[in-house]
Amino acid sequence: MLETIRLRVFRGDASGGEEREYPVRTFPGMVVLDAIHQIQGEQDGTLACRWNCKAAKCGSCSAEINGHPALMCKSRVEQFYDAAGLIRVSPLKTFPLIKDLVTDVSWNYRKAQQIPPLTVAADAPRPFRMMQGDVDRIQEFRKCIECFLCQDICHVLRDHGRKDAYFGPRFMIKIASLDMHPMDDLERRPHLMRAAGVGYCNVNKCCQEVCPEHIHITDNGIIPLKERVADEFYDPIRGLLRMLGLGRSRRQPMPEEAFTAPPEPAAERKPSP
Amino acid sequence: MEPFETVERDVLVIGAGGAGLRATIAVREAGLSCAVVCKSLLGKAHTVMAEGGAAAALGNMGEPDNWRVHFRDTMLGGAYLNNPRIVELFAKEAIERVLELEQYGAVFDRTPEGLISQRPFGGHTYRRLNHVGDRTGLELIRTLQDKAVSLQPDVFMEFTVTRLLKDADRVVGALAYNRQSGGFVAFRAKAVVVATGGWGRMYKYTSNSWESTGDGAAMALEAGAELLDMEMVQFHPTGMLWPPGVRGLLVTEAVRGEGGVLRNSQGERFMFRPEYTPERYRGKYAETEEEGAGWLTDKANFRRPPELLPRDEVSRAIYKEVRAGRGSEHGGIYLDVSHRGADYIRRSLPSMYEQFHALGDIDITRQPMEIYPTIHYTMGGIRVDPDTCSTTLPGLYAAGECAGGLHGANRLGGNSLTDILVFGRRAGEAAAIYASSAMQGALDEGPVSAEMDLLLRPLSATSGENPFHLAAELQEAMQQGAMIERTEAGLTACLEKVLQLRERVEHVQVEGSRAYNPGWNAARDLRFTLRISEVIVRCALARKESRGAQWRSDYPGFDPEWGRKNLVARLEGDTLHVETRPLPSMSPELQSIMEEAR
Ligand SMILES: Cc1cc2nc3c(=O)[nH]c(=O)nc-3n(C[C@H](O)[C@H](O)[C@H](O)COP(=O)(O)OP(=O)(O)OC[C@H]3O[C@@H](n4cnc5c(N)ncnc54)[C@H](O)[C@@H]3O)c2cc1C
Ligand code: SF4
Ligand code: SF4
Ligand code: FES
Repeated sequence: MLETIRLRVFRGDASGGEEREYPVRTFPGMVVLDAIHQIQGEQDGTLACRWNCKAAKCGSCSAEINGHPALMCKSRVEQFYDAAGLIRVSPLKTFPLIKDLVTDVSWNYRKAQQIPPLTVAADAPRPFRMMQGDVDRIQEFRKCIECFLCQDICHVLRDHGRKDAYFGPRFMIKIASLDMHPMDDLERRPHLMRAAGVGYCNVNKCCQEVCPEHIHITDNGIIPLKERVADEFYDPIRGLLRMLGLGRSRRQPMPEEAFTAPPEPAAERKPSP
Repeated sequence: MEPFETVERDVLVIGAGGAGLRATIAVREAGLSCAVVCKSLLGKAHTVMAEGGAAAALGNMGEPDNWRVHFRDTMLGGAYLNNPRIVELFAKEAIERVLELEQYGAVFDRTPEGLISQRPFGGHTYRRLNHVGDRTGLELIRTLQDKAVSLQPDVFMEFTVTRLLKDADRVVGALAYNRQSGGFVAFRAKAVVVATGGWGRMYKYTSNSWESTGDGAAMALEAGAELLDMEMVQFHPTGMLWPPGVRGLLVTEAVRGEGGVLRNSQGERFMFRPEYTPERYRGKYAETEEEGAGWLTDKANFRRPPELLPRDEVSRAIYKEVRAGRGSEHGGIYLDVSHRGADYIRRSLPSMYEQFHALGDIDITRQPMEIYPTIHYTMGGIRVDPDTCSTTLPGLYAAGECAGGLHGANRLGGNSLTDILVFGRRAGEAAAIYASSAMQGALDEGPVSAEMDLLLRPLSATSGENPFHLAAELQEAMQQGAMIERTEAGLTACLEKVLQLRERVEHVQVEGSRAYNPGWNAARDLRFTLRISEVIVRCALARKESRGAQWRSDYPGFDPEWGRKNLVARLEGDTLHVETRPLPSMSPELQSIMEEAR
């Protein structure tokens, strides 16, 4: 490993900014977050970033390293610097910039609030009896640390700016984890299709590739959700039955209005540079 | 005077870890308005990092577990300094609180019968840790977060509270700054719950995040509340040691619960040395490696291996092995779980596998880990009433890691995640009852203005010291003087350094504006860590015995006199007083539970 490397970090806020370069001493096992901390402690205490666990468990330190969405605490510097010893670090592009490497991810928290919680039938036996085999699938989704890297890379949000129409991959697997919960009794499909916008996903799997928890977001989450929605809404026989008032879901209907937020403006604040 | 906004709610909850979120749920369920404030984004609090599990005597594993055994284990683990009434409520209510989480949506690992699966942990007689692989804290915080959010409290993320505000004796609010914008906010509330977590950041090697600067305990102390047993700082036996970038990160006790063994450089399983099993645990642990191995598959007929002694004992043993020259390459000990097989390890310890693989270049399914004790948890904290979590100040409640009394001199693993559920709820309920019949207090602008001045001073200084450097000096001093092994001389030198730094903190200077400025934030945090460090060191000096986490090599062993006393710290003006208080008495029922053990 090189003894010193150079970190080129985006500095600025909503009014604009530029990349600035800092020399950094390396040590064995150093991660990009260590380099940022070294800059804060020794060169510029105003450099803003988020972090908490430094162990890839909390999902705070998301950024783009050489243009690639990643957790800074899990990214070893030697895997990122180029022949000239240079690493570029910039904020998530999909969310409005607050300062330096910190973006405004509050949109995600608003989406989370629009997903109805686990809803158990009143007569369900308690405590629950659920087999491991029945919860394996949802436990995979529940590994999500809400780093929002998948939200950052998803082109529906990133390139098309459709935060008004699609909740994004993180919340698709959140809905999946509720929909596939053995005790959940809510009919989630209309909500999934309308408010959450599952139809916007074109299954190109970019989200799955960046997930630090290795969750199979598309394969195990979104694709099965799409199939369930298709069953309900596009199956001609079901459609007929529904028209006759038959074949309704055995689950409780969802009071969808309660979870429909005022529409999001398609582009909120200026996105990060 | 600097401008500030005012926000008024029935109850203010400071902290959105498990304790703060559970309190918030209770306040909202009581129908009161609630502001909940946290320094990070929602869901990132320390609780998210918890790995091994939440202890509650559900008895799902075919063992005769119940709250009485949990009570006794917790008292024994705490070396009898615990408040028995707190432990009683805890052991009883933990069961209901865990089952309630499942109703909220938590998905625990299952037994073959479809119940919540429980794993063994140090100091727990039976398998008692309800878990989700090794990411139990994530499951817990996300569940509570979703539940709380569905009840629509007002969440103030990335706000730091720096002073409690009083109307005469009563706590009626707090001053905070918005980390994103730097703006000031005065919260007015009829009751305030402090749930700010613990404090590990005054030490150099810790499993704690930047948030753990002891703000809540320091603010409560400064407002006039009492702090209990502050010398009791837990050194978790297994922190990562190499490479340097990861030093201090936690290696969950679940590794040992799942069969991981400790070896010194000679390949010896040193925990079997009789001198490492203290008197009160004799006969309860395996005495040969064969017996320990048998326990992995047959819990009914074999005793557990001594690697699962309480944390204080294992940490001390590791420290002594290294000091005796039997340490590993980088000055630690080896922890090896590879004999459990790759599939098993990846399934039951997935995040440990990933952590070592990504950060340490170690494949734990094939290689041993190098570990060394790391600062992990604070048993001491704000002194509270067992039933209501009220402090000595009217209107002020405390719950979770920032409160004291449950764990005594040493916490058992898994007892914190249920602590925050049981007492988070109790604090929230009691605060709601108090707030229902109280009026908003008067807001005195004097202290608000004084606190804003204090906050702004480092920004207006034209020269001065760097807060990051001072913080590093403090960490070095505490790591040297107030670590596992403590002596009069070491502690005294440490105290001198802390007091000197307390003077120097008056002259720190930072650049930039108030908007998202880590240097500026660090300057205020430093005052909290210094305040708490002074309390830790003075209490450690006062307790002239060895008990639990407090190991005074100049006063080895339990002292029966000291075994009857807690230490309480309080401020008078700016002078810290450390005094002893007799332990609270134990009801006859609880006494009989303790005697069953003999
Ligand atoms: C790596 C690790 C693993 C662990 N594993 C286990 C385990 O397996 N089992 C177990 O029982 N325990 C475990 N613990 C301990 C347990 O996680 C903690 O004790 C517990 O989560 C503390 O919860 P809390 O709600 O009291 O505080 P925290 O979760 O620490 O939350 C504190 C909250 O207070 C806020 N706050 C602090 N100061 C301020 C301020 N000035 N202004 C505004 N907000 C503030 C923070 O932002 C945060 O939201 C582990 C701890 C660590 C570090
Ligand atoms: S697969 Fe769907 S959710 Fe994932 S990145 Fe692509 S469009 Fe977005
Ligand atoms: S699904 Fe993966 S990438 Fe997306 S927020 Fe969760 S952990 Fe991050
Ligand atoms: S700091 Fe927690 S994920 Fe990086």
